[in-house]
Amino acid sequence: MGCGRMEKKIMGYVDGRLKEGERLEMEKHLSTCALCQLRVNEFRAVDVLLDEVPMIEPSAAFDVRVWARVAAEPGKQSWWAWFAPSPRVAFAASMLVLAMMWLGSRPAEPPLNASEVETINQNMPVLENFDVLSNFAPLTDLPQPVQADEGSDTNQNQQM
Amino acid sequence: MARSDVQLMLDVKAGDEQSFALLLHRYRSPLVNFLYRMVRNREQAEDLAQEVFLRVYRAREDYIPSAKFTTWLFRIATNLALNSVRDNRYQRMEISLDAPVTTDAEDGDEKTMDVAEKHPNIEQHLIEEARRKMIRLAIEKLPEKQRAAVLLHKYQELDYGEIAKILQCSESALKSLLFRAYETLRVELAPLVAQQARP
Ligand SMILES: [Zn+2]
Repeated sequence: MGCGRMEKKIMGYVDGRLKEGERLEMEKHLSTCALCQLRVNEFRAVDVLLDEVPMIEPSAAFDVRVWARVAAEPGKQSWWAWFAPSPRVAFAASMLVLAMMWLGSRPAEPPLNASEVETINQNMPVLENFDVLSNFAPLTDLPQPVQADEGSDTNQNQQM
Repeated sequence: MARSDVQLMLDVKAGDEQSFALLLHRYRSPLVNFLYRMVRNREQAEDLAQEVFLRVYRAREDYIPSAKFTTWLFRIATNLALNSVRDNRYQRMEISLDAPVTTDAEDGDEKTMDVAEKHPNIEQHLIEEARRKMIRLAIEKLPEKQRAAVLLHKYQELDYGEIAKILQCSESALKSLLFRAYETLRVELAPLVAQQARP
């Protein structure tokens, strides 16, 4: 088997998803082909390196914002009537009210704690997203539930 | 026993908000991380992830479990991410008519604050930091479809069939995307790869 045909199978070999027959075929090829063997080793190395990328945690307000957007959906006659059956949602709603009061009482930019300020100061020369940050105001669009082009999208996604 | 995603979604369809809360809890972190690597901006990633959940919620009444829930979820997320990446690029082009724009800035999310505590050896810390940054930038420089393929394959551990459906391509095309992405990564990360691959 030639190297060209092996190319598409190298990822599957590295991630262990090849079928048994394909795996044996690959190993047979690797035993005679230093080039493919090198590529396998390097793909494995890349795979290990990708493990080093740290994960981030969603911010504390994430759930509240989701519930707020859900609550702003049309077809909900009354917020509170809807929230009433679920204590958890009622809690989220009251958090939302607090969050809105809190957002209303300060300028558009998110508040920063001391360490965040320090980080931003360190990164200031390369801070590309300053305009995004300063224009973000995450909750300003909440009271407008109707978004024209959304429904068709979702339906398409549903078709799969 | 934990209810499956599909069962939770069917319960949401039947009007159970708690099940939506469970799906939210299960997928907020995977979605935010996936979108963060796609759009390279944390606030935008969170905003898009919220949008994904909103669309899931909106679609609840028409929900039919015809595909795996994660396929559907990440397909919505990927479409949003790809559109957003294209919009960002367009915006950046517009802005660049007025002023030079710096790209790919470190936004500080991953900086460990307690440097001294975790790394008494500051040099060691800087090396690790530089190394992580190099890996992160190499991922971010991949063309967006290759990037999505790598992220879904590596971090979400979805199978080939599922990822192909999410990216709306054949499995064979997906394998090419992954192959090309890893080819690029092994070149971009050559010094680290050489260290790593050393027997
Ligand atoms: Zn070969």
